[in-house]
Amino acid sequence: MLSVPDLQRKSVEYRKDLLRLIKTAKAGHTGGDLSCLDILNVLYNRVLRVSPETFKSPDRDYYIQSKGHCAEALFVVLADRGFFPKSDLDTLNQYGSHYIGHPTRDVNGVEQNTGALGHGLAVGVGIALAGKIDRRDCRVFVLLGDGELAEGSNWEAAMTAAHYRLDNLVAIVDRNGLQITGSTEDVCQLAPLDQKFAAFGFEVRRCDGNDVIDLVRTLEEVPFRPGKPSLILAKTKKGKGVSFMENVAKWHHKVPSDDEYSRAMAELDTVEAALK
Amino acid sequence: MEPALANLEVFAATLLELAREDSDLLVVTSDSRGSAKLAPFAKAAPGQIVEVGIAEQNLVGIAAGLAAAGKNVFAVSPACFLTARSLEQIKNDVCYSDRPVSVIGISAGVSYGALGTTHHSLHDFAVLRAIHNITIVAPADNFETREAIKAVAKLPTPAYLRFGKKTMPHLSRLLPGFELGKASLVRLGKDITFIGCGEAVAPALAAADLLAADGIECRVISMHTIKPLDEAVVLQAAAETRAVITVEEHSVNGGLGEACASLLLQSGTHTRFKIVGFPDDHTVTGSQSEIFGHYGIDGPGLAVTARKLIAV
Repeated sequence: MLSVPDLQRKSVEYRKDLLRLIKTAKAGHTGGDLSCLDILNVLYNRVLRVSPETFKSPDRDYYIQSKGHCAEALFVVLADRGFFPKSDLDTLNQYGSHYIGHPTRDVNGVEQNTGALGHGLAVGVGIALAGKIDRRDCRVFVLLGDGELAEGSNWEAAMTAAHYRLDNLVAIVDRNGLQITGSTEDVCQLAPLDQKFAAFGFEVRRCDGNDVIDLVRTLEEVPFRPGKPSLILAKTKKGKGVSFMENVAKWHHKVPSDDEYSRAMAELDTVEAALK
Repeated sequence: MEPALANLEVFAATLLELAREDSDLLVVTSDSRGSAKLAPFAKAAPGQIVEVGIAEQNLVGIAAGLAAAGKNVFAVSPACFLTARSLEQIKNDVCYSDRPVSVIGISAGVSYGALGTTHHSLHDFAVLRAIHNITIVAPADNFETREAIKAVAKLPTPAYLRFGKKTMPHLSRLLPGFELGKASLVRLGKDITFIGCGEAVAPALAAADLLAADGIECRVISMHTIKPLDEAVVLQAAAETRAVITVEEHSVNGGLGEACASLLLQSGTHTRFKIVGFPDDHTVTGSQSEIFGHYGIDGPGLAVTARKLIAV
């Protein structure tokens, strides 16, 4: 379990690992990876009761990444946590590799194959419900993109989560406000998401999804209310941590050029030095 | 022999027996417990049924999650909705993620009769045959239904079973036992082979009776498992009889017939061959048996098809 200063350093380290990975693989969802990376950092280094040793234990905490296209962020964190050697990621997207552009169970540490949007919450509901039926202590964390909330299947699953009083289920919305076409609010208005999830029976908290202090405080409080599923509306910036990528829709799945890569790494080096 | 029942009723009774032996067995329904005859199950094993409301995508996604947590899950809903609306959940959450869910399509084919195309499933074999990692089963009678349910409950991989709600006659089998992927021989014959599945096997037997009066001896096979196909039985039929006719309560596109045609052609086998099923057209209005009659999926219709095929 990492302290807050260590988590802050880890966030920068992960960003550098991530950009290196995307640059090497020549593919990746750079913007969304950067927006959700601090959430993954806090989950895997502070909150989730899971490790390579306990990954098959029925009492482990489960993490389901519904926004599967941000697989690179998950892979960086899983490698760092020892689920597989970091060098495995050199094969990402290569012919014959089982490290592909979305999470799959062929990768140690991945709970569920995702990639098509709107699937993770229902699967998480199923796992959380099994935990309740068996009276196990496991918790289920599902990371949702905001763009994918246009998929109606999320709302079907949300209703069921509340109906079965799944307070062992925590849904986190990576609320970066952008999707491939542009602003989520211009594409198909999502706001007010807090009221919508509250109306569907979730206990809702807002937090800064790029601030590890706020994430720790919020995630360590779950469940927010016994008998209700929790929803964390994590306000994030797409492209967070690299000035010229932040809140720019074109970075949805753009790979940095050599020059952009150098500038991004230089920015991150500066932040890293300041944290030492 | 017990009085004949609808396969649906046998399914519900078998599931309750299995649930009593396996506390991890769960049935997930989408407001479908009544139409699935599962109300007695819900009463007898209330802790082993999960209701999700009229939400089939949710049904299959939750089923996959329950299976991920070690449950032996039966996801039950009308075949028409289950294999269309939640096809992506079957493809990704169940098959691709390798969760051993038993996907149960009730009131399949044109069981809903005059309720129309929204309630018919004439596409399910076709779409699921093209998805990796799922066994596809359409049992013909009560025996096959009971055995198929028991078999998929033990299967470590995903399965899809579909059946109707009409009372099905007991078929006499020439060999005992049941195994997924191994067809049942229900009538011996040397002239023509009918390969049917599900509720289309009984009409094939009726046709065999009619043709026997003319001295034409028909072999009838219940191909209860559409995938993986019992290839040996199909090839043997083509080698030993003069013609092969497939019969299914499904579109002629992409189902049992095309699976057999593909096998025969690619094995270099040339035989007189006909696929009987639903043409690529709007389905006529009527009860299930009227619709079957309209498309020649009954004794007289199949007998006409058979005579034409061997007369050429």
